[in-house]
Amino acid sequence: MRPSVFASLARQRLFEYYKVWNRNTDSVESRRADRFDPTDGVAARGSFQGELNMHMADALISPAVGGAMWLASAGLTAYASRTIDARSDGRLVPLMGVSGAFVFATQMINFGIPATGSSGHLGGGLLLAALLGPCPALVVMASVLTIQSLFFADGGLLALGCNIFNLGVCPCLIAYPLVFRPLLGSHTNLRRVFIASLAASIAGVELGAAGVVIQTALSNRAELPFSTFLLLMLPIHLAIAVIEGLATTVILGFLWRARPDLQPTRSQPTGYSQSVVPVAAGLLAAALVLGGFVSWFASTRPDGLEWSVAKATGSSPLSGSTPLHAELSRLQEQSAILPDYGFLGDGGEAPAGENEASSAHWPAAQLGSSVSGIAGSLFVVLAACAVGWVSRAARPKREPS
Amino acid sequence: MNRVESAMRDLTHLDEVARQQTWLHRIDARAKAITTLVYVVAIASLPRHAVLEMLPFAAYPLMLLLAAQLPLRVLTRPLLVTILLGMAIGAANPFLDRSPVRVFDGWCIAGGWLSFISIQLRAVLGVTGAIGLIATTGMERLCHGLARLGVPRGFVTQLLFLYRYLFLLGANSAAMSRARDLRSNGRPLQLSTYGSLVGHLLLRTLDRAERIHAAMCCRGFHGDIPLGESDRFGPRDAAFVAVWCLVLIAIRVSHSGNFPH
Repeated sequence: MRPSVFASLARQRLFEYYKVWNRNTDSVESRRADRFDPTDGVAARGSFQGELNMHMADALISPAVGGAMWLASAGLTAYASRTIDARSDGRLVPLMGVSGAFVFATQMINFGIPATGSSGHLGGGLLLAALLGPCPALVVMASVLTIQSLFFADGGLLALGCNIFNLGVCPCLIAYPLVFRPLLGSHTNLRRVFIASLAASIAGVELGAAGVVIQTALSNRAELPFSTFLLLMLPIHLAIAVIEGLATTVILGFLWRARPDLQPTRSQPTGYSQSVVPVAAGLLAAALVLGGFVSWFASTRPDGLEWSVAKATGSSPLSGSTPLHAELSRLQEQSAILPDYGFLGDGGEAPAGENEASSAHWPAAQLGSSVSGIAGSLFVVLAACAVGWVSRAARPKREPS
Repeated sequence: MNRVESAMRDLTHLDEVARQQTWLHRIDARAKAITTLVYVVAIASLPRHAVLEMLPFAAYPLMLLLAAQLPLRVLTRPLLVTILLGMAIGAANPFLDRSPVRVFDGWCIAGGWLSFISIQLRAVLGVTGAIGLIATTGMERLCHGLARLGVPRGFVTQLLFLYRYLFLLGANSAAMSRARDLRSNGRPLQLSTYGSLVGHLLLRTLDRAERIHAAMCCRGFHGDIPLGESDRFGPRDAAFVAVWCLVLIAIRVSHSGNFPH
């Protein structure tokens, strides 16, 4: 008899004993009887595989980062809750409840990854967004993460805001509407579902992983340098994203084959408000904060491209060598409104010693940087709006049917 | 036992423990939630090299866990996972931070080792605090408390629904996993089988949601679960918050001046 067949029969016999023993005990004792479970050996192999996911932990964040992420996640979850309240017919409430329980239960079922010998499980954010829409999916993910942080200490209470943002907002409010829906369109064949799920999973999971790295770096609890940590996290999470994409594909493929009525239609809303005003206000606020405040933290060192070219060629890429280049450079300096992201004369003309002295006080409140940042951000927002308006105007009008 | 059953067993155990009626269980959920939040923030605000300074904070989770009489077994998995994560991320600290830090008079240790141990201690204290809160409060009382503290009703309703159906779907999922394990002869779950297995669970879930909605409509449901009357926030609850917050803040402030940086 082959050992595997023998093991199977032994397991069945043990299970019979287990059932008889279980029947003869009261309800509390029967739960304790699980230590005799015959399937221990089957599941033990993968019991901790996939556990080290990207839940941010309390031990790694500072109160400032944790508090800021709490505020951001609470605001977004409250916005999502209000959106649901406004359009809910009551049917969504129990559906969201059981969907959360479904994701919770499914996260504990591991499947083997072909040709690797390891296993993975579903994250659930993208699947929920595909089933319920982005806003209900965010509320469900937030509730799942809350229960996990309370009962299983996945993450922690202070890190809950980070986790809702990384595992809820990134897949539901960013990856689903911006990657999944446009790629899927109105097609639900398995190839399109696979492409859309894979791309959206990669976008959502990598964004979440980058969020973990940024939050850890800002908290200053771990010594791991930012770039090293990022280079470690992104490839690992690329593999996790592929697993997430595969799991989402097979589940959605099965569901839409079994229940074609649940397939998304082109007219199905993405969950965002149709009004452009809140979106524009949010973009404007973000532009003002980024340009006016975060620009103070801009490094005085060369950017990545300048640094790479300088390393590769051994010289600064910005030094003009031909008369034409010098002339164009002079013309640009004369016409630039804010040269080198500052006012004329406040940065570019300063002697080298002064530049070094000012960099010692980094970050410093600099009016020139703030104005440059705000103006630049506004230009980008206006340019993006102009491109959108032109493309909309150029689109052929569809005749009403 | 498979992973779903193991998790469901821990969940059930915590739920049973939370239904006890000790003096700590009778303290209002809002009082315990606020105190736990202060506790978590106080620990997170300690400097990166804090180790010995962190030990007095263990009094709060110890009180919660002893009152709940929670067996250590329920804490094992969360502690192990959190410590593993902390070790993975903090592993570089001892190599990258070699600056000597004075612990006692004439006794120095590399800063990286201190911050590494500090991360593990923070993890243990954070996990025990969170589990202690739920083990002495219970999900329903905590949700009532959160609603009274101003958390949106939609989110509280979702939490209550999720918790209610967690046990049902968990049992379903555990049964399906066990059935597959017994038939698979030790082979790992293939992706195609996984799609079918989880897909069927999802179909049952959707059908169940329809039935629940119909049943709730029959009972006059209008999209909101009535939370009923919550416990009154009495002087005993106020005293609990005041005493523990003062103790935690005092411990934190007493160490603010003498940390090596």
